[in-house]
Amino acid sequence: MSIEISAKSITPIRLSYGNLIERFGDKRPPSRYQEAAYDVQPTANFHYRPLWDKNHEIYDTSRTAIVMEDWYSFADPRQYYYGTYTIARSKQQEVAEHNYAFVDKRDLLEELPDDIKQSVRDILIPLRHIEWGANMNNCQIDCMGYGSTICSVAMFNAMDRLGMAQYITRIGLLLDGNETTTLDAAKKDWMEGPQWQGLRHAVEDMFVLEDWFELMVAQNFVLDGLLFPLFWDRFERKLSKNGGGTIAMLTEFMPQWYSETVRWTNALAKVTAAESKENKELLSTWLNKWVSRLCEAIEPVAVEAFGPEGTSELAEVKEELLARLGKQGLTI
Amino acid sequence: MAAKKLNMRKRYELLTRGIGWETSYQKMDDVFPYDTFEGIKITDWDKWEDPFRLTMDAYWKFQAEKEKKLYAIIDSFAQNNGQTNLADASYLSAIKLFITGVTPLEYAAHHGFAHLGRHFRGEGARVACQMQAIDELRHAQTQIHTISHYNKHFTGLHDPFYQSDRVWYLSVPKSFGEDALSAGPFEFITSISFAFEYVLTNLLFVPFMSGAAYNGDMATTTFGFSAQSDESRHMTLGLEIIKFMLEQHEDNLPIIQGWIDKHFWRAYRVLALVSAMQDYMLTNTPMSWKEAWDIYFVENGGALFEDLGRYGLKMPKHHELATAEAEHLSHQVWSVFCALGNATGFHTFEPSDEKMDWLSEKYPNTFDKYYRPRFEHWKKQKEDGTFEYLASLPQLCQVCQIPMIFTEVKTDPMQLSFRNTKFKGDNYHFCSDGCKDIFENEPEKYVQAWLPVHQIFQGNCGGATIPEVLKWYKFEPEDGGDYFDSQDFRRWQEWHGKDEPAKTGSDN
Ligand SMILES: [Fe+2]
Ligand SMILES: [Fe+2]
Ligand SMILES: [Zn+2]
Repeated sequence: MSIEISAKSITPIRLSYGNLIERFGDKRPPSRYQEAAYDVQPTANFHYRPLWDKNHEIYDTSRTAIVMEDWYSFADPRQYYYGTYTIARSKQQEVAEHNYAFVDKRDLLEELPDDIKQSVRDILIPLRHIEWGANMNNCQIDCMGYGSTICSVAMFNAMDRLGMAQYITRIGLLLDGNETTTLDAAKKDWMEGPQWQGLRHAVEDMFVLEDWFELMVAQNFVLDGLLFPLFWDRFERKLSKNGGGTIAMLTEFMPQWYSETVRWTNALAKVTAAESKENKELLSTWLNKWVSRLCEAIEPVAVEAFGPEGTSELAEVKEELLARLGKQGLTI
Repeated sequence: MAAKKLNMRKRYELLTRGIGWETSYQKMDDVFPYDTFEGIKITDWDKWEDPFRLTMDAYWKFQAEKEKKLYAIIDSFAQNNGQTNLADASYLSAIKLFITGVTPLEYAAHHGFAHLGRHFRGEGARVACQMQAIDELRHAQTQIHTISHYNKHFTGLHDPFYQSDRVWYLSVPKSFGEDALSAGPFEFITSISFAFEYVLTNLLFVPFMSGAAYNGDMATTTFGFSAQSDESRHMTLGLEIIKFMLEQHEDNLPIIQGWIDKHFWRAYRVLALVSAMQDYMLTNTPMSWKEAWDIYFVENGGALFEDLGRYGLKMPKHHELATAEAEHLSHQVWSVFCALGNATGFHTFEPSDEKMDWLSEKYPNTFDKYYRPRFEHWKKQKEDGTFEYLASLPQLCQVCQIPMIFTEVKTDPMQLSFRNTKFKGDNYHFCSDGCKDIFENEPEKYVQAWLPVHQIFQGNCGGATIPEVLKWYKFEPEDGGDYFDSQDFRRWQEWHGKDEPAKTGSDN
């Protein structure tokens, strides 16, 4: 059939899917983000209770104490759906790939001062286990959470964390010419080093949290809000000042990722806190609990990283975090 | 220092193993509370062989390339009004069934694999499941985007997810997905990755994706081929997990065999809807359901199970019945849709003369004998204005939730197949021995089923009359009914400059 019909001559019968017209009106077509993210998760008439959790439905709002009248009040400011997400990350990985190849080819890590290398081994490499924990926690948020706008972002976040754990692993391998000495030592530190035990304990406690929104607060609001500025920004800068600028080439992904990712945690914090007094109180309780717990846990690592200034570096990072979350309506 | 060369396998292992750890502040059994209750014994998770060795950076790169190409085609399809180049607008019934029936299953698969991606104890298995979880999210989202343009021009596509939770025939795929999601992680992966994606996937893929290609649907075809490389990873995972479980402990065999029996039958019953779509909704059909069944199940599936025989695995129970049903399945399902065509979200229609001849040729033993007279009778009634839709609601099978329409194909194809059993004083009905077996193995599970017809009778679906129920489904008046009375048909005729309504559609 070869009939030429110009685009203008066919009037659509509707603007978009019904759920989006209900939400956003029919003045202009919804975005691809909106089409992909909203209302995809089933909400009613579940057939069977999970054999692994007979107290809940497969998707169940009561898996958190946070109450939202509409779980789709939240929108990701980055407008990530699978396409925009993978395209954004593929650009970042292209830069990273280039940097890793460059460093590898010129043996740039070889030339680093020994104390810098040791700092990387002691502080940055064990963080891969934290990223791995963050991967598990975001998977948990996805599979226990509610609403496809929140859950899909948690999925993307989980994969990001796996990606970052793999980048850190590659740094470890680069340091040793593909031997696993550094990785093994970092794992030993993570498992046994006294400076890491507070953190490992906290991460393992997160693994068994029952409330997925509390996990969101603990992992994505607080732990990330402390660790990323402290280690992937301030500590990096310290390394660079002392001749370790090459490391920043290999870890560029992390601070970039973090400054992008706070946009969604901010938005989520704001919407959830604004919903009700009860939500706000609950979020404050969790914030309080995890900020004090995690600051305490991070302190020995901060001191190892920065020396005696570690305590004040951490205190500053904590203040920044509280100020930022305060703007979203979360207070201690 | 000269760097040691790493092969792909070693490199991948270093990037995925050893990052996790044996927890000590919390018990491993509390961190991973769900992977033991099903009785599957895993003695060494490190024996898990990663079926595809993709690091995240490579994943982002490959997938982003595919996404860019896919969206470029979807955009140009919309810009050029690609919908006008379809073989016929009646073909859209297939797309309507797809987005309401299949796309929600993609999201269900996403959810289930995220659950496994967190809750399998083995690191390698977790990563494999996470990759599939995000792939399945991709499928749900790209399907929404691909079909979005059709939704602007055709009826019945406007509320797929709302309808998936409510509409009578959509409880067939929904309950299948939820059956797997509500099971433990090993049963879930056996159901979705093995029974569905490995054994039966081509029976879904061929009718929808080759069907799209045969009917000028470039948008869906492009999506389908873009998803194909994801699917081949998923199939590999399906086979790997089965072998892994079987190799871990001999006690796993009977459990796995039971799951394969169950989920084969469960998935096959979902595919009954696909068979009708394949043989009847498609204007041009790449192959008949029976041909597809013979190639993809009888031949390929047979060879697969022969290969798996060394583990002690047998062909799924009742597979002979499924093969015997292949000559009847699509006709029986399409008949019930036509008879209830006032309560479907897609258009039904009797096959064109040309299509009837094609069906006679493809189904020499059954079509002329049992089904042609029925469709010719309805066609005549429609011409005379005496046709009436079924006034009563059908009884549904307690397990697969399809109306009780299947027959005793092995003995008397005109005799309805009807099974029942008592549980705690109540009587339950089934379409087949396959569904009855499934119920009897887990009655506590299947008594919970949200059966759409029961729910209507109990007043939970908007009211007691058909119009009230349809309103509750958000079916708009122009969504269902006969294709030749439809807005889709009228618009199609307009687009192609025909004002004379054709007598029979599907030929063009
Ligand atoms: Fe899929
Ligand atoms: Fe898949
Ligand atoms: Zn059944």
